[in-house]
Amino acid sequence: MQAVNTPIQKNEKLNANTNGTDQKKTSTDEMNNSAAKVGKTVGKPFATNPKMTMRNVDVFYGDKQAIHDVSLDIGKNEVVAMIGPSGCGKSTFLRCLNRMNDTIEICQVKGEIKLEEMDVYHPKQDVVPLRARVGIVFQKPNPFPKSIYDNVAYGPRIHGLVERKTDLDEIVEKSLRRASLWEEVKDRLHAPGTGLSGGQQQRLCIARTIAVSPEVILMDEPCSALDPIATAKIEELITELSEKFTIAIVTHSMQQAARVSHRTAYFHMGKLVEVNDTKRVFTNPEHELTEAYITGRFG
Amino acid sequence: MDFSQIFMVMAATIAMTFFLGRFRALKLGQTVGGRKSLNSLPTYYGSLMAMWCGIPCLILFALWMMFDDVIISQAIMQELPQAVLELPASERGLIFNMVSNIAENGATAGSEPYMISAADRLQSLRETSQLTLIACLASMFLLILATVWARMSAQTRARTHVEGGFKWVLLICASIAIFTTAGIVFSVLFESIRFFQSVPITEFLFGLEWSPQMAIRSDQVGGSGAFGAVPLFAGTLLISLIAMVIAVPAGLMAAIYLSEYARPAVRSTVKPLLEVLAGIPTVVYGFFAALTVAPFIRDTGGLIGLSVSSESALAAGLVMGIMIIPFVSSLSDDVINAVPQSLRDGAYGLGATRSETIKQVVIPAALPGIVGGILLAVSRAIGETMIVVMAAGLAANLTANPLESVTTVTVQIVTLLVGDQEFNSPKTLSAFALGLMLFTITLVLNYIALLVVKKYREQYE
Repeated sequence: MQAVNTPIQKNEKLNANTNGTDQKKTSTDEMNNSAAKVGKTVGKPFATNPKMTMRNVDVFYGDKQAIHDVSLDIGKNEVVAMIGPSGCGKSTFLRCLNRMNDTIEICQVKGEIKLEEMDVYHPKQDVVPLRARVGIVFQKPNPFPKSIYDNVAYGPRIHGLVERKTDLDEIVEKSLRRASLWEEVKDRLHAPGTGLSGGQQQRLCIARTIAVSPEVILMDEPCSALDPIATAKIEELITELSEKFTIAIVTHSMQQAARVSHRTAYFHMGKLVEVNDTKRVFTNPEHELTEAYITGRFG
Repeated sequence: MDFSQIFMVMAATIAMTFFLGRFRALKLGQTVGGRKSLNSLPTYYGSLMAMWCGIPCLILFALWMMFDDVIISQAIMQELPQAVLELPASERGLIFNMVSNIAENGATAGSEPYMISAADRLQSLRETSQLTLIACLASMFLLILATVWARMSAQTRARTHVEGGFKWVLLICASIAIFTTAGIVFSVLFESIRFFQSVPITEFLFGLEWSPQMAIRSDQVGGSGAFGAVPLFAGTLLISLIAMVIAVPAGLMAAIYLSEYARPAVRSTVKPLLEVLAGIPTVVYGFFAALTVAPFIRDTGGLIGLSVSSESALAAGLVMGIMIIPFVSSLSDDVINAVPQSLRDGAYGLGATRSETIKQVVIPAALPGIVGGILLAVSRAIGETMIVVMAAGLAANLTANPLESVTTVTVQIVTLLVGDQEFNSPKTLSAFALGLMLFTITLVLNYIALLVVKKYREQYE
């Protein structure tokens, strides 16, 4: 492609040429021009046995549109990784799935998000049962300043899941075991959760989330504040959890996406560029932007 | 020239040494290859020199100010006629006052000749003292300046010294508050000890009757002189309790509303409005309580068949409670806002509702600050004077009925110390004992609250 001068010309040119590759451009140029290259999502955004379905989702922060027309399915017991450069909207999108964006006043969501038959953004939909079914783990471990036990017991207590103390004990133990934290903390369940190491805190947060028995777990860069060993533990955990739960994970690490996920979705400037089986995305991406990102030319 | 002028000149000179030091540093820098070869920035050299020259001068000046008057008056007293020296101490003081008056304003009709001569002597001694001080200051200053000037080199670690000196300045500022507290405690303590010499401490602490009017002459009637402080403390606690019952829930809920529910626009309007409450002078609250709230309570009580005193504990407590709402709400609002959003997100993410999140996560995390705000409010309530003087009355009733008139410790201190007083009667001295008790109670409350906070706080990073 030849060098062109005005943005309008550039766009026309690029639209006409979506599949052309141009190795000469620098990465910043590519970032700046790439929005125009994103056409319809390529790959396979839909699942045969969907747990959550998102159709034509737009998200606005005030006047600014953060997500443009994203449609995606998350299949049952599937791990879907969302990758993309910083600010591409993957976290925003993830937080829409259990309406965590409700706390941001100027945030507005359009389109359809469904959890099986439940319409997530229906005006009469109560967020409490929704969040009990769709749990979330955040980037920075945020255990409550309570004891380890109380952290895990918090969800079952507020949802009234147990009748007796022994049942609660059982849920706490089961959740901690499933988060592979039990062996490390079983002797100090009543010590404060904030006294654990970063990796342990994050596993505590995962235990806290699974104690409510959600169907879907959202993970927003769960390992970005952790060291490699803690990261490895959590990744192992994700694989185990996928036997029982449906997981959507946002990550900055492509290796992590490759290790833990079944399908990978690549977001770019608020648009979903490509979704495909993880192996396919990392070995043979269909879209040039995906290829540019995974080969490290930007992001 | 008097001391204030000496001080001004000294301060100006010390300020000049800053520039001298800076100049010296720049000169030193030139000899070793520019400003960058100096150990510190030139301003540090300036500050160092000002510090070295200024601090000894200031200390000398302060000491001189402290002892100058004492020494001179001693000297004058010794030269007074024998007859004067034999007078009692209080009259001698009076004569000395007349002498210094003459020295400052000239002789008057009542001045005796020996007084005029003593006044002349005083005047000359004062002048000598000032001249000596100036000479001492100037020579010391020049000596130090010369030494520091000579010893200053490019390797002098000026920054380290200045930073160290600054640490001392901060320490002194911090200790001012502590020393003042200690001073207050001791002054109150000594007067209280004098009081307890005439009234047994057990009677003061456990006596159930308060009636400080004492017969000064034996033929006077009416004053029984009972100093049992229990009714006063009971009254104080009753009114403070009513105030806290109003202020803590209202303040805390207001804080929760403002920090968790209100839109930013509402918050930015309501919060300053609430804080206006704290800016209303307590005397205004006082007459609001006495003239509006108390009659209202009395009339309302009358309607439902309760007899309410026109100066009731309830009226004073209610208004005091409203007064301290902003102490609770403003501080609580700040600490609730300081709880990290990530904790709230964690609770929301598990499906907690807003009120569950606030009750179980936000408030426990913000507890130390909230208790701090409440404590401040309690201290204000216990120490508050103006509202209770105007609205609570003077009758020392021992009662738990908020509809009756009670009196508080602070009200009694005011009535005991207002007007002409004799400082050797138990009546006046009892004010200091009351003050000491009040201080002790507040201290104990603070300590208990600290323990409570330590036990129940949930500490986030």
